[in-house]
Amino acid sequence: MPGLAGRMSTVIKAKISKLLDRAEDPGETLDYGYQKQVELLQNVKKGIADVVTSKKRLQMQSTKLEQNVVKLDTQARQALSQGREDLARAALERKTVAQTELQSLDHQVTELEHQQEQLTENEKKLRAKIEAFRTKKEVIKAQYSAAEAQVKISEAAHGVGEQMADVGLAIQRAEDKTEQMRARASAVEELEAAGTFEDITQLGPPQDDIDRELAQLGAGAQVDDELAKMKAELGTGEEDAPALEQGKENP
Amino acid sequence: MIVRISGEGQYRLPDENEGRLNELDNRAVAAVEQGDETGFRELFSQMLELVSGDGNELASDELVESDVIMPPRDISFEEAKGEFTGEGLIPD
Repeated sequence: MPGLAGRMSTVIKAKISKLLDRAEDPGETLDYGYQKQVELLQNVKKGIADVVTSKKRLQMQSTKLEQNVVKLDTQARQALSQGREDLARAALERKTVAQTELQSLDHQVTELEHQQEQLTENEKKLRAKIEAFRTKKEVIKAQYSAAEAQVKISEAAHGVGEQMADVGLAIQRAEDKTEQMRARASAVEELEAAGTFEDITQLGPPQDDIDRELAQLGAGAQVDDELAKMKAELGTGEEDAPALEQGKENP
Repeated sequence: MIVRISGEGQYRLPDENEGRLNELDNRAVAAVEQGDETGFRELFSQMLELVSGDGNELASDELVESDVIMPPRDISFEEAKGEFTGEGLIPD
């Protein structure tokens, strides 16, 4: 099985082999190889830092969405208390979408956190391997003839290279994932922003693209339930009229 | 045999497990070809279990190339379609 990482490490291996063939003096090859590894380790560290940054940005989006959920709920109540059930319904529909997205976002942030831990763990392994390579290269330089050294060098370099390739792949996957999530979360934010009622009196009956989209999402039943509950709480529903007597003590 | 689980680490797996791993891999390939995601998930997790359960994790400072590299644990079915194809895990 060539495997996902298999193919990638094949590319890295080819690069390493080329690198190894270049220098004629094994000692030189070893030093250059080690130097290269240390350089690449910096890239890996930067890659992990980028994943962490992306994750933080997602967490901020999640907080924003949370605020929007609260805001839309308040707006729905306001609309309902002014007798605008149409607006209340639109606000609740948007709230449902934001809530659904929030759940999925939170789940993904948790997943990303786990990936970040694993990346850090793997970076540690990579550092240990590079350190082992450093020790080994001195042993090889001191103890082996040129011909023997070539074989030993190749083994050691490939051992490090495979780990390097694997961490690189994991970073790439984590980055791809955050990109997808961010794109989705932004789309929902836009959707929500377009539906924010800055001034509910200025908003006509809901009939824009967003509403059509919302209608297709089939949030209907949940919205109906919530609307009914809200009506009962606010006492705007016909059968709920007595609820208007606020402060009435429940037995 | 040295097996790497991508994203996790390398394991030294006793040679007698090779046949079992290859068999699971062949069945995983078949599941992917049939579009059977549930079947694939089950088989892939059995493969992971075999490697991480029966194998010993290599020390971080061991510089050894893997004989086999398995895809990451969280591989999507879409990705699996690109990876679990053709010949078995252990090339002839």
